[in-house]
Amino acid sequence: MSLESQLLQYLFAGLTLGSIYALIALGFVTIYNVTGIVNFAQGDFAMLGALITVTLYQRTGLFNRVITVDLQLPLPLAIVVAVILTTLIGVVLYVLAIRPARGASVISLIIITIGLSIALRGLGLIIWWTDPYPLPVFTPGPPIEIAGAVLTRQNVWVIGTMLAIVIGLYLFFEHTLLGKALRACAVNRDAARLMGIKADQMALFSFALGAAVSAIAGIVITPSTFMAYDSGTLLSLKGFVAAIMGGLTNAPLAVVGGLLLGLVEAFGAGLLSSAYKDAFAFLTMFVLLLVWASGLFGRRLVEA
Amino acid sequence: MSTVNRKTGLPGRFQLADWITHHQNLAAFLALAAMLAILPLWVTNNYQRSILVFIGFNTMLTVGLSLLMGYTGQISLGHAVFFGCGAYITGLLTARYNWSPWPAIVAAAVLTGLLAYLVGVPIFKLRGHYLAMATLGLNIIFETVVVTETGWTGGSNGLLGIPRLSIGPWVLKSELSYYYVTWAMTLAILAVSLNIVNSRVGRALRAIHASELAAGTMGVEVDAFKLKVLTLSAVYASLAGSLFAFYLQIVTPSSFSFIFSIELVVMVAVGGLSSIWGAIFGAASVTLLGEALRNIMPRLVRGASAEAELLAFGLILVIIMIFMPDGLTAGVAKRLRARRQARREAPGRTEQSADAMP
Amino acid sequence: MLRKAVLLFLVVGLLLAVAACQQQAQTPAPEPTEAPAQAEAPTEAPEPQEGEPYKLGVVVSVTGPASALGVPERDTALMLMEKINAAGGIKGPDGLMHKLEVIVEDDATDTGQAVLAAKKLIEQDQVHVLIGSSGSPASIAMAPVASEAQIPMISLASSTAIVHPLLNDFEGQTIEIPGKGEHTIGPGETVIYLSRLYDVDPKAILEANPDLPQELVRPWVFKTPQENYPVAQVQADYWKAKGVTKVGSLGVNNAFGLDSRLAMKAVYPKAGIEIVADELFQPKDKDFRAQLTKIKGLDPEGVVVHATPGEGAPITVQFRELGFDVPLMQNHGIGSKAFIDLAGEAAEGVVFPIGKLLVAEGLPDSDPQKEVLLQYIKDYDEYTNGAPRSTFGGHAWDAVMIAVRCLEKVGPEADALRGCFENDIKDFVGITGIFTWSPVDHVGISKESLVLVQIKNGTWEYVPPEQYANVP
Repeated sequence: MSLESQLLQYLFAGLTLGSIYALIALGFVTIYNVTGIVNFAQGDFAMLGALITVTLYQRTGLFNRVITVDLQLPLPLAIVVAVILTTLIGVVLYVLAIRPARGASVISLIIITIGLSIALRGLGLIIWWTDPYPLPVFTPGPPIEIAGAVLTRQNVWVIGTMLAIVIGLYLFFEHTLLGKALRACAVNRDAARLMGIKADQMALFSFALGAAVSAIAGIVITPSTFMAYDSGTLLSLKGFVAAIMGGLTNAPLAVVGGLLLGLVEAFGAGLLSSAYKDAFAFLTMFVLLLVWASGLFGRRLVEA
Repeated sequence: MSTVNRKTGLPGRFQLADWITHHQNLAAFLALAAMLAILPLWVTNNYQRSILVFIGFNTMLTVGLSLLMGYTGQISLGHAVFFGCGAYITGLLTARYNWSPWPAIVAAAVLTGLLAYLVGVPIFKLRGHYLAMATLGLNIIFETVVVTETGWTGGSNGLLGIPRLSIGPWVLKSELSYYYVTWAMTLAILAVSLNIVNSRVGRALRAIHASELAAGTMGVEVDAFKLKVLTLSAVYASLAGSLFAFYLQIVTPSSFSFIFSIELVVMVAVGGLSSIWGAIFGAASVTLLGEALRNIMPRLVRGASAEAELLAFGLILVIIMIFMPDGLTAGVAKRLRARRQARREAPGRTEQSADAMP
Repeated sequence: MLRKAVLLFLVVGLLLAVAACQQQAQTPAPEPTEAPAQAEAPTEAPEPQEGEPYKLGVVVSVTGPASALGVPERDTALMLMEKINAAGGIKGPDGLMHKLEVIVEDDATDTGQAVLAAKKLIEQDQVHVLIGSSGSPASIAMAPVASEAQIPMISLASSTAIVHPLLNDFEGQTIEIPGKGEHTIGPGETVIYLSRLYDVDPKAILEANPDLPQELVRPWVFKTPQENYPVAQVQADYWKAKGVTKVGSLGVNNAFGLDSRLAMKAVYPKAGIEIVADELFQPKDKDFRAQLTKIKGLDPEGVVVHATPGEGAPITVQFRELGFDVPLMQNHGIGSKAFIDLAGEAAEGVVFPIGKLLVAEGLPDSDPQKEVLLQYIKDYDEYTNGAPRSTFGGHAWDAVMIAVRCLEKVGPEADALRGCFENDIKDFVGITGIFTWSPVDHVGISKESLVLVQIKNGTWEYVPPEQYANVP
């Protein structure tokens, strides 16, 4: 394998990873913009989405094989149902845990969403046990070979899904009434309320949207990386790092942040040291944060 | 009316009660110390004593963290780093370089404090979520380093060969000796912290928590104070880490994961963000909850060991933060106060109006 | 007022806590004295009198990264308890029947919790034998606890360092290897490891270096899984048979990976196999394309992976995705059905050395382990309602049954049990292998307990030794 094709391979790996981080980051940004809450359970929605899909699609033993679910829905239907169910879970969590804590301090809210993340992981553990689960690749077939590097069909699906969701969200926020109302909430909650926008409904909707996007992200990566009850934590962290690179409020920058993070990890692991792969991601975030905090990018950070 | 002590509302002859109300912290401190001194009379089983030792470690960590979180309003999701630094530095110096334990403990505390100071300078430019994430990132970087640099840390196998702690000629072996050393250190930390909180520094800290801007304009050197508190809490954590290393005689990366940092924040939150006493309570209750779930779960469900523990832990956390955002201690105190108020109001309005008069 | 309430709450809370602990301590205590009376009353049959139960304390990683190991281990231990007690229990040397009590603790794959759990089992439950933990770091941390309490311990993890003291204290120091020159001690090394690396008698190394700890094995600690060393030997045999001289390695950055890679480095070069890449990844990682790409760039003739199914399966999938056309070798870490389920088609053709459990049906009838293996497979399937067999469960089977064998023979006294382990476990036919323990060997299974397995048509296929062993 020549150095050029190796570098190209790192690029593909980085873009695939980065697309997932970007999707999770989009979920973060959507919720944060509307509610001012960083939802640490974001990655756990990805876990739920993927594991529900697995359960609907194939014969699965639940609760440590006490109950066996054998629905065998076609994959596309299973995915749609799973995304809807995860969205509902997001809504329920908002109603039960976030709404009652309205007006709590940032620290309290961080702890609440951490608690939700732990509880969801616990729920995942009880239902699906500790086994990792696979899904079949969406479109089987040989990978695409470019200059000695390979791009699998599932990688194309991952990157494509990310692009589709970015475009979809853009159209939604720019061209629909609901999207505009959400954006109004994000810009100024009080002003939005004066304009007759119900902030509570918007917050609820942002949780639904955030959960749905994460669920889709979880589903598209499961064919190549599998999913287990505790896979959500690392996804949350990396997605959050990506969101932070976008200043927590800027969706396009969050996508760039996600892709950048994926590339840093892939090239760092390939060219520098594979053991320090995770450290590179956080080191990058650390450096970026400090550079921003020192005023290079204005005062954006101080507000959060 | 005039014969009654104005401050306590009680007749003058109740000297002890009067003294306690005037020296609440000291009284509570002495009561706690006395209780801890005699506790091993009842707790004779070594497993239960080891739980008490762990509560001691966690208390050292949470007292420092609650100073940082409750009194300056800075969140840290990376406190396990300082705990780990203390443990690894002590372990390295004693196991590899044959230092005797106490100089190693001091060296670890100084180095960890220095590290905290150096990290604090840039990191305190961040606030809120950014600070939370930066500290969490620091924790993950720390984990990766100790797992990878096997030459120094032994990697995931852990740093082995740490000797027992000794005081003069006595080598501490029993669970009981670690219990007393750990809690003596914890009480010392507690005493220092209570003094700080009730001093001019403490008022400055609370001012920072309330509003950094206001505190700044009032002449409080906000950044300097925050740095000092971070350094102090890192020193506490390092002391806990040193004792932890001597106690287990092995230091492995899994003890200092960001999950543990989050657990520490949970302890502080459960105990109450604005009270040092709450930190002790939080450390004790969360540690005991974990052990209790471990004991109870297998009896409820055949073969269940830990699956429901996570769920219960998460739910309890969420419920406490929603209904008692100031923590369990403050939350319960508030409720008690409300009930007493209600009871006092019941007999008649006259008493209350008398109270209200200056 | 608030302070007072807090103080009150604190004191009440701590007292409650202590009370709770007391209660926990007391509840198990009465059982032994009352149990026989209750047991005798309803039964009329003239069964032998029942003595106090024999207790095994099992610490395994039911949750956390090593849960794929801990769950079958736990289920196997509980299954054996049920089975043995259904048959009346263990007949001790005192002639009484003793119920077997297996107390399982989860350490969540954390060292501190493993130590705490071990202390609880020894101090509170007063177990007679300590079994565990699933992972090497936790086992290494538990070993001193068992040693100090002088309770025999049987670990279920693979690292050599569990039974042989690590030379960590001497890392970076240069010692003399008699007749072979000098050696600088690296991480994870033991005297046994050095003796294998240089083909020297371990006692000779100790004699030449009086500063080293003179204890070759920890007297109280035993283990049932095979070490990584014979695994690497079988791997090397296979590479030689296939004419492979250049391999790339990808290993998990934890104690298991370290030990496995050390064994590889001790065995491969002697067999004339060059290790061209030694890449690492973190536990729980899901994307390995960067490391694999780097390995591919070095054009190895074979790739060897040191991992468990959680990471081993995605590595295999991504290995195929990247279009490698060389053999993929793994080790006993992936010996569970989960690996095949996860990796699917990508798993086809993967070879790895492992105990005989996976291919029990394909073994020749002359194999002494075949009967035991088939019985365990049947029992486990019934007990767990169809959970797939796993060699990790087999490690637990060996540990429990060896403990039971000695409890039968010498009763629950710790010194006697230890003596029995060291002197009376000879040719014990287990799941992992045939065990012969001795005062200097607390592992006691050799390369012959391993078979080479290839994954074909979604299942394991036995590769007879004729196809790869003894190739010059």
